[in-house]
Parts: sequence; C-alpha cells; structure tokens
Amino acid sequence: MSAGITRPVTSAESVGWRIDDIGPDEMILSMGPQHPSTHGVLRIELITDGELVREARPHIGYLHRCFEKHCENVDYPGVIPYTDRLDYVASMGNSLGYALAVEKLLAIEPSPYVQTIRVIMAELQRIASHCVAVGTYGMDLGAFTPFLHLLRDREKILDVFEWTCGARLLYNYNWIGGLSHDVPDGFVRACREIVAEFDKVTWPELVNLLIGNRIFIERTAKVGVVSRELAISYDLTGPNLRGSGVAYDLRKAEPYCGYENYEFAVPVGEGRHGPLGSCFDRNWVRVVEMKESARIISQALDRLEKLEKTDVREKVPKRAKPAKGEVFARSEAPRGNLGYYVVADGTAVNPYRVKVKSPCFTAMSAFHHVARGVMIADIIALIGSFDVVLGEIDR
Amino acid sequence: MTPAEICTKLQEKFGADVVGPLVEAASPFVVVKTERIAEVAAFCKADPALVLDNLLCLSAVDLPKEKDQPRMEVVYHLFSYTHFHRFALKVHVPREGARVPTVEATWGVANWHEREAYDLFGIVFEGHSDLRRILLPDDWQGHPLRKDWTDPDFYNGMRVKPTEQMAERALKGEEFGTGPFRHDPENAHVPGSQS
Repeated sequence: MSAGITRPVTSAESVGWRIDDIGPDEMILSMGPQHPSTHGVLRIELITDGELVREARPHIGYLHRCFEKHCENVDYPGVIPYTDRLDYVASMGNSLGYALAVEKLLAIEPSPYVQTIRVIMAELQRIASHCVAVGTYGMDLGAFTPFLHLLRDREKILDVFEWTCGARLLYNYNWIGGLSHDVPDGFVRACREIVAEFDKVTWPELVNLLIGNRIFIERTAKVGVVSRELAISYDLTGPNLRGSGVAYDLRKAEPYCGYENYEFAVPVGEGRHGPLGSCFDRNWVRVVEMKESARIISQALDRLEKLEKTDVREKVPKRAKPAKGEVFARSEAPRGNLGYYVVADGTAVNPYRVKVKSPCFTAMSAFHHVARGVMIADIIALIGSFDVVLGEIDR
Repeated sequence: MTPAEICTKLQEKFGADVVGPLVEAASPFVVVKTERIAEVAAFCKADPALVLDNLLCLSAVDLPKEKDQPRMEVVYHLFSYTHFHRFALKVHVPREGARVPTVEATWGVANWHEREAYDLFGIVFEGHSDLRRILLPDDWQGHPLRKDWTDPDFYNGMRVKPTEQMAERALKGEEFGTGPFRHDPENAHVPGSQS
C-alpha cells in the first residue's frame, strides 16, 4: 500500500497531518461532505487500516452562515428568524431558547396561556424531530420502512404548525414576550387526535418495526460506547447524555415555561442489550422520550382548555432595548441543551454579542474519541446516533 | 454552593489573581488573571466542594470601546453534574496579540470552543493541541467577529463585495450577477470573467 499514499498525504498536510502519522498499511479516506449518511455537509477524514478506523477527524464549516455576525446587525426580535435556521429540524426549540434568554434580559414573564402553548409546540416539535432522527437513523442502517412511517406521522404535526403560524419548517413563532399567532379554533381537538394516534399507532409501530428489531439491536447495541465521564467532559447533552446513564433533563432540573407543573419521566439508557451508552441506548432514550412528550402534551392541552385566553402579543415589547448586562440561558431542545449567551451594551437595539452553544457542536467534538477503533460501517451508525444537524454545528 | 461561596473559595486559594464576584444581570462571575486560568480551571474541576466538571460554553467578546481599557474577554460558563451549581469565569486579554492558556486538559469540549474563538476573534490559546480554523476556510484572512472587521473585496480572486456601482445597479433592478460581474474591469484578472 505504501505506493498509494503519495496523493492522500498532500491533502493531509493541509489539515495538519504529517507523513509520519500514516502507517505503511494505512490510507486516508475522506467521507463526505456529500455523503447521504452524514446528515448534512459534514466531512470526516478517516485514517483506516483495511476496514478499521484508527483516527477520525471531522471537518465542519461547510454550512457556516455567520449567524453570530448577523445577530449583531439586526435588532433583538430580528434574530428570531435566524435562530430558526440553526437546527432546521426543530426550529420551535431554537426560537424558544432565544426568546427565553432575551426575556431574562428584559425581565418579561409571559402569561401562563402563552407558556402553555409554548410547551405544547416544543413537545410537538420534539416528537417531530425525534421522528426524523430515529427514522433517518434506521435508514442509515438499511431499514427504509420505519422512516416512511415516521415521516407520515411527522407530517400531521407539521400540518398543525402550518395551520397555526403558516409555516411548515421555519416558523418564526416564539417571539420575545409572546407568540406570533394565537392557536386556531379546534387546535386542541386536532392535537388530541395526533397524540391519540401517536400512542395507538406510531409508537407501537416504531418499537415493533425498528427498536425491537433483532437486526437493529445487533447493529447498534455494542457500537459507539460513550462513558459518563466522556459525555460530561465533552458536554454531550440531551438524549446523548441520558443514553450514557445521566438522568439530567433541564425541564426537570431548571424548569422554564412551567414545566414543573407537568408529570413526566426522564428516560435514561439502561444498557439492556450491551454496554451502557451505546448507539442503541441513545436511540432508545429518544424513543421513550417521544412517549413522555405525548404525555406532556395531553396534560398541557387539559391546562390550555381551562386557562383564560389572553392576547399572545400582549407582552411583546414595542422596542426591545435591554439594559447593559449579559445572560446565559439554556433550554432543553430536542437535540440537547441549547444555550444562548447574549450580551447587551445598553445603548443599541441590536445585541452586542450572541453566542450559541449548540448541542450538536459539542457532540461532534467528542466524535474522534468514540470513532477510534471502530469499523468504517459503524462510523455511519455512530454519526446518526449523535443525531447531529449540520445547520446547528456550523451556524 | 452559592456563587458568593464559590468566589470566596477561589479567592482563598488564588488570592488577588481572582477578582469578584461581579454581578451583572443574572449571572455572577469572577475575573481571573490570564496566566492562571488553566490552574483555576483544573482546581474548579478537581475540588470536591466545587466539581465544576462541565464546561457549558466558552465565548469570546470583543470590547474595543470599554472605558477603562479596550479589551477582549473570554468567558467560561461552568456547571457541576455533582452539585448542580453554575458559575462563570472571565479573563481579560489585550485586543492585539491575545494569548490565553488552554483549558483543554480539564474539559475536552474546550478544544473545539477554543478553535472557534481563535477562528472568529484571533485569540491564541497556548498549549492547544490543534489550533486551526474551524468554521471558516483554512485560507481565510482575518477574524470576522472582531468589532473592527470590514468585509474583504476579494476572496481568492473572486469579488465578494459588490462595488458601489454594482450595488446601485442592483437597486435599480437591473440584472445582478451576470452583467456587472462579467464586465467589471476590476475583475478582469479572474479567469473566465471575460467570456
């Protein structure tokens, strides 16, 4: 193989690998950025020895759209449409996180009616997002049918979003201090139908077709094990962290939007088919979480029916201009803890600095650790199990 | 522990190198002397009463108009999965030739966060294992999140910022892209622009 390494090494040098780093029997394999299973434009350089991966190095930035620079040039409410485009599979969660951060700066507390709608939307979005995550994960591993079933059910949730705010993917819905639109008449009934169907059809189907499937279990249960220490050191959050056995959920630990009023469990990985923290555990957590989200939605719908209707734009500030200060606010987005660090200088109507701590960014930074010593085919299983969305990594 | 207690503990250990707590808005923080940040970070993680084992976020902020002294700040937001408390550290660095010791050894995630701060602000993290650009292309010039940033006119020979004349024509609704780009005399050296 030594004759074949001349060309790859020239490309390797540009990214910091030296000729000594690559052994005589090894080669560099560039995976992506146009690879269907990298969930976007992610490129991974692998040093491989046959089928075994010795070293993996992710390259990101192909989807960099200068989110943080744009934020400095628009006013506070103007940032919200940009946040939608971070994690475009779960836009409701992104704008909610940003709205919460700026509301802290401005000391605005939205009415319980608004908060309940926010909870419903966030949890519907969580189900929709996990449908894509688990569905595409199955597809990466060769199971095509569950993906179609899950997208069919996600469609119903998107219909409700479209009915409410006119958009199917990028909603601009959670405004600072309120919402862009009130829910339409018949919203509660439609949501109840979705939840009932989810409990009766989607979830059992998902468990029977994919998660309980022998092939799926064999393929994922012993792959990509992330220990508790590694998960915390690399700031893995959300289902990735809980898959490693840490029962930490911001909705329980630091409740926002009145999450303390709802009854739900925090599922954690159990390592039931292999070591704890494997690809299977992370997906298992996602699947159980969907069930818990459905529970929260049912309770929130009950609350919404009893609550007095208020104007959802009542507390939306005419001109958002916070006093000098800074805030770091986190919320539990479907992919993990999404943090916004917002600095206000007290003189301008646009943020002085916005930094997004994206859960996918931190998950991807642990990738090289987990990918060491696995087979090339398992790299596919690994990327999908972290459920990364490149829009959020590259911002 | 409350932020005030954490601050007292840090000041007992590091003396005058830790200044604080400074409470602005809702998040209290201390300012640490730049040279000692790696030590303070390791202490924060190892001390059994603190166990700040999670780096939530590492951000850089450019403050060229600060009254006392124009500077950049690096902010470390920390969290403990043992005691469930939060805290923040800050270091102040000069705007030119900023150098900060890396905290990569303490929190693995700092590796990518520090690369991002280097990429967008030009802060050099000393002792970092792999300090390369992360979001921008390898051959990018400058650090765009600095407040004195101006957009370049060209990138690799391609015009990326429209001239005033081009912007004017675009505003008038004339076709933008093919016309002005192709016949712009300033762009004549670009291969293929003459066709």
